[in-house]
Amino acid sequence: MHLRQWLLLLRPGDYAVVLAAIAATLAAGLSLWGPDLPTTAVIRAAGQTVASLPLDRPGVFDVKGPLGTTHIEVQPGRARVASDPGPRQYCVKQGWLTRSGAAAICAPNEVSLQLQGRREAYDSMSY
Amino acid sequence: MTEPVLIRADASDHRVARYAAAAIVLSIAEAAIPTPLPGVKPGLANIIVLLVLLRHGWSEAAWVALLRVFAASLLLGQLFAPGFFLSLTGTLTTLALLAAAVHLPRRWFGPVSLSVLAAFAHIGGQMLLARVWLVPHEGLWGLWPVFSATATLFGTINGLITAKLLQDQRQ
Repeated sequence: MHLRQWLLLLRPGDYAVVLAAIAATLAAGLSLWGPDLPTTAVIRAAGQTVASLPLDRPGVFDVKGPLGTTHIEVQPGRARVASDPGPRQYCVKQGWLTRSGAAAICAPNEVSLQLQGRREAYDSMSY
Repeated sequence: MTEPVLIRADASDHRVARYAAAAIVLSIAEAAIPTPLPGVKPGLANIIVLLVLLRHGWSEAAWVALLRVFAASLLLGQLFAPGFFLSLTGTLTTLALLAAAVHLPRRWFGPVSLSVLAAFAHIGGQMLLARVWLVPHEGLWGLWPVFSATATLFGTINGLITAKLLQDQRQ
C-alpha cells in the first residue's frame, strides 16, 4: 500500500489533530528540556534582596552601599552593573549577564546582581 | 425447587468476547517487545478498541478495553501490580475521553483523530497516577516529551490501521 493511499484515510480534522499533537510535543520538549532563559534580575545589598527587576523591559536601579551608589541597568533578556564605586571594578567588567544563574558581585560595595530563570541551577552558593 | 437460572450469551456478548480475545493477544505479543521506558509501547490493543467503538458503540468498546486490561495483566502475572493500575487508569481516562470524542463530526474527524486523542488520554491518565502515587516528584514531568512523542507517533499509526480495517470491511 502506497503512502498516498494511507493519506487518503486521513480526514481534514485528522491533519489538525496530528499537527496539534506534534506541536504540543515540540512545545513540551522545548519548555522542559530547552534552554532556561532568565526572567528576572535579583539585586541584593548587604545580603538582603532589595529589588527584583523583570527582564522583559529596560530599566535602571540604584543601590546604596558602604562605598557609594551602584548603578544597575536592565535590558530585555540581560542585565549589567553599569557603574560601581569599588576599587577593582570586577562586577562592571563582567559586562552584560545573559544566562540564568549568572551573577555579578561587587564585594566592596556589598551589592550583587543575579539573573534567575524558572529553575534554580543550584540550591545555594557561597563565595 | 427453583428453576436453574440460565444466562444466555447474546450476539453482543459473543462479539465482545471475540474482540477482547484479539485485544488480549495483541497486548501479550506487545509485552515481548523490549522498551526503553515503561509506557513507551505501540498500544496495538487500542486498534481493537477503536474498531469496536466505531462499529458497535462505546459500551461494547468499554467492555473490550476493560476485559483486555484485566485478562492481559492476569496472563502476564501483573494483576494488581503497579503496572496494572497504570494500565487501568490509562484505559479509564481513554474511555472517558472517547465517550465525548465519538460525537465529533465524522466527516471531519476520522479514526486517526480518535486514536491520537485516546493515546494522549491514556498517557495523561497514567502520568497523573504515577505522579500522585508511584513517583511523587515534579521531576517526573521531565519524561513528558517522550510520552507525548510516543502518543503522537503510535496514535497516528494505530489510527491509520483502524481506518484501513474499517475501509476494508466496507468494501
